[in-house]
Amino acid sequence: MMSSHYATIARKTTLAVSVAIFALAVLGAFSTGFFPAFAQQPAIKPPAAAAPPDDGQWTMPAKNYASTRYSELDEINEGNVGKLQVAFTFSTGVNRGHEAAPLVVGNTMYIVTPYPNILFALDLTKPGAPMKWRYEPRPEPASQGVACCDLVNRGAAFANGRIFFNTLDGHTIAVDAASGQPVWNTKIGNINIGETITMAPLVVKDKVLVGNSGGELGVRGWVKALDANDGHVVWTAYGTGPDSDVLIGPEFKPFYDGDKGTDLGVASWPPSAWQIGGGNMWGWISYDPELDLIYHGTGNPGPWNPDLRPGDNKWTAGIFARNPDTGAARWFYQWTPHDLHDYDGINEQILLDMQWKGEPRKVLVRPDRNGYLYVLDRTTGEVLSAKPFAPVNSSKGVDLESGRLIENPEKQTGTGKVVRDICPASPGAKDWQPSAFSPRTGLLYIPHNNLCMDSEGIEVNYIAGTPYVGMNVRMKAGPGGHRGEFTAWDIANEKPVWKIDENFPAWSGALVTAGDVVFYGTMEGWFKAVSAKTGKLLWQFRTSSGIIGQPIAYRGPDGHEYVAILSGVGGWSGAIVAGDLDPRDATAALGFVNAMKDLKDVTNTGGTLYVFRLP
Amino acid sequence: MSSGYLEKMAASIRAMSAGFARSLMAGALVTAFVSVATAAQARELRVCADPNNLPFSNERGEGFENRIVDIVAKELGADVSYVWWAQRRGFVRNTLKAGLCDLIPGAPAALEMLRTTVPYYRSSYVFVTREGEPGISSFDDPRLRDLKIGVQLIGDDGANSPPVAALARRGIGAHLKGFPVYGDYSTPDPQSEIIEAVASRDIDVAIVWGPLAGFFASRQPVKLRVAPVSPLIDKPVVPMLYDISMGVRRDEKALSGELDAALKKHRQEIDAVLAEFHVPRLDTGNAASP
Repeated sequence: MMSSHYATIARKTTLAVSVAIFALAVLGAFSTGFFPAFAQQPAIKPPAAAAPPDDGQWTMPAKNYASTRYSELDEINEGNVGKLQVAFTFSTGVNRGHEAAPLVVGNTMYIVTPYPNILFALDLTKPGAPMKWRYEPRPEPASQGVACCDLVNRGAAFANGRIFFNTLDGHTIAVDAASGQPVWNTKIGNINIGETITMAPLVVKDKVLVGNSGGELGVRGWVKALDANDGHVVWTAYGTGPDSDVLIGPEFKPFYDGDKGTDLGVASWPPSAWQIGGGNMWGWISYDPELDLIYHGTGNPGPWNPDLRPGDNKWTAGIFARNPDTGAARWFYQWTPHDLHDYDGINEQILLDMQWKGEPRKVLVRPDRNGYLYVLDRTTGEVLSAKPFAPVNSSKGVDLESGRLIENPEKQTGTGKVVRDICPASPGAKDWQPSAFSPRTGLLYIPHNNLCMDSEGIEVNYIAGTPYVGMNVRMKAGPGGHRGEFTAWDIANEKPVWKIDENFPAWSGALVTAGDVVFYGTMEGWFKAVSAKTGKLLWQFRTSSGIIGQPIAYRGPDGHEYVAILSGVGGWSGAIVAGDLDPRDATAALGFVNAMKDLKDVTNTGGTLYVFRLP
Repeated sequence: MSSGYLEKMAASIRAMSAGFARSLMAGALVTAFVSVATAAQARELRVCADPNNLPFSNERGEGFENRIVDIVAKELGADVSYVWWAQRRGFVRNTLKAGLCDLIPGAPAALEMLRTTVPYYRSSYVFVTREGEPGISSFDDPRLRDLKIGVQLIGDDGANSPPVAALARRGIGAHLKGFPVYGDYSTPDPQSEIIEAVASRDIDVAIVWGPLAGFFASRQPVKLRVAPVSPLIDKPVVPMLYDISMGVRRDEKALSGELDAALKKHRQEIDAVLAEFHVPRLDTGNAASP
């Protein structure tokens, strides 16, 4: 669920933990003095099987199973990126938030739009990349009223001659990549109970992996594996409930004692509350072919007031390692037990092999919504490191002995209680927007938020003829007054190297290339290229709308490097523009509008693809 | 008529289920043309309402809000035209505030995003139990800890209904069952399930908003008891009772005044409609039990 809870918690502004780091780090766009000697560091690399040599295509949103979003192309580099120019553009004709990554397979580019989830194929061999075909799945219009936070789609995936993507109304569809003809279409979600699908699928071997959204409506979360050949559901792993539903069996060996026991997905809830407990999965999945494990997070618990669901509420707001063939769980770790703040645990995880305290480790790096940059051993689920990458006062750190998040009880909200300056706000220190990793710098490039919130009493609301009171939540800029940041994080040394302040939340994905250039977009509509080493702004281009999409790099049919991004503001953060919300209503979009009042002054809706190249 | 207008008309139907959308598309567009054609002759009262939300409203005009709109429109000398839109998140923003209509027939008097008329009824959350079994009338009744309780799931960003807050404060949550407030919109009476669950013994007590409790309780095969909750304000801040008004755009002061006068003038007729629908009232004292 992407939204905050009735008794969302507010905690005391003891920023001490993170402020020290920030005082050092927030020095503006380029703090070259902190540029580490990259060459002297032992290499940090994605496992080769999860990140094969770059063939110039971009066949899944995360680039590869390790989810590095790193391109080995280096024609565009720090020296020449300033000369980038538009190669071609394409209007999607859709005015909602465009969060998807374009795909490039062979000589064709594929784009999936927000609702109504149109799939376009563009011919890259012809001048201007004209449309080859479009496929319109025509999702049920009612799904628009069910989706919580704009009508986004985070992208498609290519495998074995087919494009796989999900629709808002809960279908997974396979389309022939050459002809645009549908091959199969499986309905796996039911909008009548509040299920929608917004995530990009991941194809592993012969399985298409998909999860659902809808925790705020009491939808029980799941991940399903569909047979890539015919679309039938092979396995379903729930995020709550008995072990048999969660696919916990003899293979399950969690690292921490708190995750060991029978049917904890039932026992850590009041009776039957797990049945509508959330734990949805609408974010990112990674895959390690050597260990043969997929990794996916789980969303926050729902839908009740936290007081009504005492316990850790397993298996919500955590991460699973699973066998992709059977779904059987291998380990689990809970980022945020008994979540109070809507800190879904579904962000991306980057798979890397590195030296950790002198030992070679297979790790998983996760910048989580709760504000910590986690390094986990991906074979066991052990937490090696958890350091705040943004201002955090809702918790006081992570106990590395027990692995447990240390809650800060001082700011607990209650109905009608006024609590100010809870950091991070409900969208977290970082929401869905995926980061990128460069093996050349050892840095993780994280687009994220700098948002806190006040909980100020209650307000009357009304739905389906039923009045009720909701918590009056207002989000606002965090320390420093800016609402977004772009952080380069030194994974080995557990600290930021440079940071760029952004006026609005940095809600786009990141891309880093072998040319040592990092690309990301801003909600004003700037598409930016910065130095991977220093964060220095090298080039920027003002697109027609705010950017919340995921940039990619590919090699065109002419052998040259291209960079592509979808522009088109929206998403939860951009709902004020995409949903035309009233800026005077501070609590709209669950209080996000209060933090985004001025977005309407700087951008407008409209989905457009931009593709850039050197002259 | 601009294409933009048509687009909005089509948009007004989007939020509904596909089946509804198909059957209504033609009708809605016809209505739009007719209303423009006759604008010069008769006053038009454009109303935004849910096409499938009894007892409040439906597309056949069978809800009490439909009936009260007719009473008020007659007083204003206006013809009623409806824009049907499922009452979900964004309802007010996408309908009234987008200019598709001028009136929303039911809204809490305290709803800040609207200008509201004088209230035309006051109801509360109620306990619904089976007749012949010990009734529940207070959140402090110790039996609530053992009974299977049905509550409405709001589905608005994790917000819970006032009774859920009251139960949570008392640590009563072990036997709670949530029924989405939207219900199963593919069925004719989406909100009836929670009341049917009491009749069928799936749950022991439902704690729901009065008007839909009164209406659906009256239609069950077994007799049900409907009793206002107590306390009516769960201190310090959670109200269980609400005044319900009509809503117009905030700058529509004149229309609001006309509606006030019409609601006052036809008070008795309106009361009769509400009684016919078994709306539990706190403003007149006739808390109806079927």
